Amino acid sequence: MEEQATGASACSYFCKMDIIQLKHINKRYDDGFIALKDINLKIESGKFYSLLGPSGSGKSTILRIIAGFTQPTEGEVWFDGKNITDLDPAKRQINTVFQNYALFPHLNVFENVAFGLKIKKLPLSQIKPKVKDALHMVRLDGYANREISELSGGQQQRVAIARAIVNEPKVLLLDESLSALDKRLRKEMQFELRAIQKKLGITFIFVTHDQEEALSMSDEIFVLNDGKIQQNGSPVDIYDEPINDFVARFIGESNLLPGRMIQDYEVEFANHHFQCADAGMKANEKVEVVIRPEDLDIVAPEKGKLVATAQTQLFLGDHFEIKAIDTDENEWLIHSTNGCQLNERIGLYFDPEDIHVMRQHESQADFDARLESYEGEESNDE
Amino acid sequence: MNNKKARAFFMVPYLMWIILFVILPILLILWYSLTDANHHFTLSNFALFFKNGTFLKMMLNSFWYAFLITIITLVISYPTAYFLTKIKNQQIWLLLIILPTWINLLLKAYAFIGILGNNGLVNKFLHLFGLGPVNILFTDFAFIFVATYIEIPFMILPIYNAIKEINPAVIQASEDLGASKWQTFRYVLWPLSWPGVESGIQAIFIPSLSLFMLTRLIGGNRVITLGTAIEEYFMTTMNWNMGATIGVVLIFLMIVVMLLTGKKAKRKKVKL
Repeated sequence: MEEQATGASACSYFCKMDIIQLKHINKRYDDGFIALKDINLKIESGKFYSLLGPSGSGKSTILRIIAGFTQPTEGEVWFDGKNITDLDPAKRQINTVFQNYALFPHLNVFENVAFGLKIKKLPLSQIKPKVKDALHMVRLDGYANREISELSGGQQQRVAIARAIVNEPKVLLLDESLSALDKRLRKEMQFELRAIQKKLGITFIFVTHDQEEALSMSDEIFVLNDGKIQQNGSPVDIYDEPINDFVARFIGESNLLPGRMIQDYEVEFANHHFQCADAGMKANEKVEVVIRPEDLDIVAPEKGKLVATAQTQLFLGDHFEIKAIDTDENEWLIHSTNGCQLNERIGLYFDPEDIHVMRQHESQADFDARLESYEGEESNDE
Repeated sequence: MNNKKARAFFMVPYLMWIILFVILPILLILWYSLTDANHHFTLSNFALFFKNGTFLKMMLNSFWYAFLITIITLVISYPTAYFLTKIKNQQIWLLLIILPTWINLLLKAYAFIGILGNNGLVNKFLHLFGLGPVNILFTDFAFIFVATYIEIPFMILPIYNAIKEINPAVIQASEDLGASKWQTFRYVLWPLSWPGVESGIQAIFIPSLSLFMLTRLIGGNRVITLGTAIEEYFMTTMNWNMGATIGVVLIFLMIVVMLLTGKKAKRKKVKL
């Protein structure tokens, strides 16, 4: 791990530099609550990141530590090649869009957006065009002289974004910034946030508990639970290859079954043996198996890998949601474009790569370690 | 219709109170100030007030003492109120601050006479070091000190409530945008807590203009304010007309102060 400290300068010529690095961050609150356990993460510049997790998972604490509002109990925060663990929030080149916006109620739109620039003692002649650009970016042209109390929730949200980006930060932190908006507006703002991030080319770190939001906006997602990073990767990676039951359950809907690894590329569950794409576990190791509902096809009973009886069926517009019970009494959730009859015997078909085998409670750190040791023994075609 | 009648009915005690104890006394004072001892209309009372230097001096005196008391109270109360919002067991601390206001003012004044007098606690303490006795009672200092002590709870409470209402995220947003602690205070905390400061000032400055009991008991009549003058004219010289005139001037001054502190700043529009 030593090379991390000097890595920044060596890296800058050859690869995109990590703008933020958290090293072995632990956070224990005064009341004894442990919010973060040995968090290590790297944030590259210019990407859209999400910290995704249920409430109490530690995602907001990470954001507050990056912003500087909370001090980690142990560990270091690095920014642009410098250790900023003890640096004042005011001195960090990071700005935050707060939950519920935290706009200054005694100032109007212009004064809110100009606040950071006035603090930097910029002359009004320079402040005006910058504020104008920022308001244009969030599509609030002509709102400069409005009072905050006159704005709708969505407009206040935009002012909060403008107030942050007008300072040209290297990193923008967004704390559950869309959660106060209604569903339609939220969708709209998701597109806009993504567009703003692309246009500015700066790093966004977005905290949310909404998995759909994280999946649709991010380049990379950190899934958090229980103060630990459960998994990180692109939205597709995380959806398709959850590495533990928490991620599988939290991201999308899934069928989770207990199973047993027979040998590499062979797993047993629901009382059958199946070919799969996973390897690197001990023989006979107990595992959890995930199959996404949309990866299950309904076929004739004799063609299926499993045979089940359809219990309920809902038509959801673009697909049917079917619940079925197999011969081993496991319940299956199926998303399929073709429906079936209730109580009909159906076959369930899936490909070996649709089976995701996970160790129980394995986190990203454990997974990386396992992958490393496995790659040492035999080359992996991934 | 019934509802309206009922509402009017319930208004009766309130209206009676207002008419009997607010409007009528003010009208009476006005009438006294505009008449002479023989109930003839005259403006001579006001003419005397504004021509005679003593009255103007008293007025300035009143203003000056009220100003000092308010400023000193504010300087002590604001930080206190701020830290009160940050600590545990706020309710207990608040109770301790409110508690002295439940004790009769006269009682507190006499207690201070005991403490500050030539044979009082302070001088006994100084005597231990071979100092004194120092004449503390019946000085400007004693008057301002005691008045400040009495007024402090009325300043702390509204400021505490105002600061308590500020969303803590707004303070963080200010720091996040690069503001130092002082800038955050100057541009965010102070303007947002201003309503509390304003009601504190109104609650202290205006009554301080007409303090008279403390000026006599603690200030030893060395401190003469409009309040003392009113008492003098009504109780001693029995010149109710002149006393009422001073009262009218005082009411007018109070209205001016309220308008000044209550004024809302108008914002300039910017053109982008």
